[in-house]
Amino acid sequence: MNIMVLATTSVTVIGFLCAIMLAVASKVMSVETDERVVQVRQMLPGANCGACGFAGCDAYADAVVNDDAKTSLCIPGGNNVASEISAFMGVEADVIANQVAVVFCRGDSAAMASRMEYSGIKTCSAVKQLFGGQNSCVFGCLGFGDCAAACPEDAICIEDGLARIDRRKCIGCAICVATCPNKIISMDQNVATAAVLCKNTERGAVTRRKCSAGCIACTLCVRECPEDAITMENNRAVVDQTKCTSCGKCYEVCVPKCIRFTQVPVTVTAAE
Amino acid sequence: MDFKLLITIMMSAVLVNNYVLRQFLGICPFLGVSKDLKNAAGMSIAVIFVMLMATAVTWPIQIKLLEPNGIGYLITIVFILVIAALVQLVETILKKYIPALYTALGVYLPLITTNCAVLGVTIANINESYTFIESMTNALGSGLGFFLAMVIFSGVRGQVESSKPPKSFEGLPITLVSAALISIAFYGFNGVIEGLFGK
Repeated sequence: MNIMVLATTSVTVIGFLCAIMLAVASKVMSVETDERVVQVRQMLPGANCGACGFAGCDAYADAVVNDDAKTSLCIPGGNNVASEISAFMGVEADVIANQVAVVFCRGDSAAMASRMEYSGIKTCSAVKQLFGGQNSCVFGCLGFGDCAAACPEDAICIEDGLARIDRRKCIGCAICVATCPNKIISMDQNVATAAVLCKNTERGAVTRRKCSAGCIACTLCVRECPEDAITMENNRAVVDQTKCTSCGKCYEVCVPKCIRFTQVPVTVTAAE
Repeated sequence: MDFKLLITIMMSAVLVNNYVLRQFLGICPFLGVSKDLKNAAGMSIAVIFVMLMATAVTWPIQIKLLEPNGIGYLITIVFILVIAALVQLVETILKKYIPALYTALGVYLPLITTNCAVLGVTIANINESYTFIESMTNALGSGLGFFLAMVIFSGVRGQVESSKPPKSFEGLPITLVSAALISIAFYGFNGVIEGLFGK
């Protein structure tokens, strides 16, 4: 009995001493947080998406107040949040480039040939482990929606085995870019320029057998482009966005129609 | 004080009785935080720090308080309690007075509050009947051993990530296999201490 009492008492006493010590320490050594950090934090959307390059909204608010971080880094917040924070901090507001995510693949289930009946775990990263996926083209969209699951704004859905992004909902956080195991999603300026939505680097004939929407490296668009904005890299056309004037000529000549505009320009809308 | 003995304790803690690779303690941060060198080093430095602090506090408690009163068997529960409170206290102190170190150790400090390697080293000190100085040396050596294991493993993992293992081995399996190979490599240090310093 005595042993039990002794043991219980000593552990209780030690625990109690530790508790008192911690309580006193937290009172004596409390660090008063900067009030401005809290206020800046409240202006931020709180998506904790990390698009600003900091660990989250809290870290970004701290960096804005204490480390003179730029006020325009919050992409989901856009220009409104940037100007609000700039006004609060008393600095000049920068203009935010409005970015959206773009899927660089047009191979839906109609266009892309399948080569196996996959019945394993229904995620892109799982299916990619199995010889690079169920599609004959291993560069394209795997279609199980890892990006859709990761998107904080439900801006991505899978239709006919292809990820599609609703640009009105996209906040530009680039989480899907990091999630996609095939790296076919990129961030793009939300302006009207052409883009070749195919990542296949195989020879044209091989690509054509696998996917009717893939770039077959025919170089028609390269010859057609009046601005010399299109070049061939690894058997696929690449558009230099700085040169593109979105005239729409490349779209007209493109056989598989894998050239699309990141925002539909007036000329093409009229033609369609 | 036998200086040779201290060196022996130190070397055997770093190489022969390496906590991660020979005694399989602290495997969780070993696998979890070893993805890149910077995090691995940060975690290891926090471990060294906490191991030293924990030994400095728990050794007197066990030897001066628990054992004379015949309640030495409470070692596990008391040590867990004391180490957890201690780390919490250190965190508060660092936050107030050395914010730079606090930010550097960051999330790792609370993470290793109840790490088994920390508890293991404090209990090992008691089991081996080390003196206070010897215990501190053992703690430092164990911490350095953890550091060594983490740094080596983060390097190996960097190589593994950039290589292309067989499909079925991608991810965790290949990580565990490479950890096992490093562990085997450390068995090569068997007998090194006896050879160098005699027994």
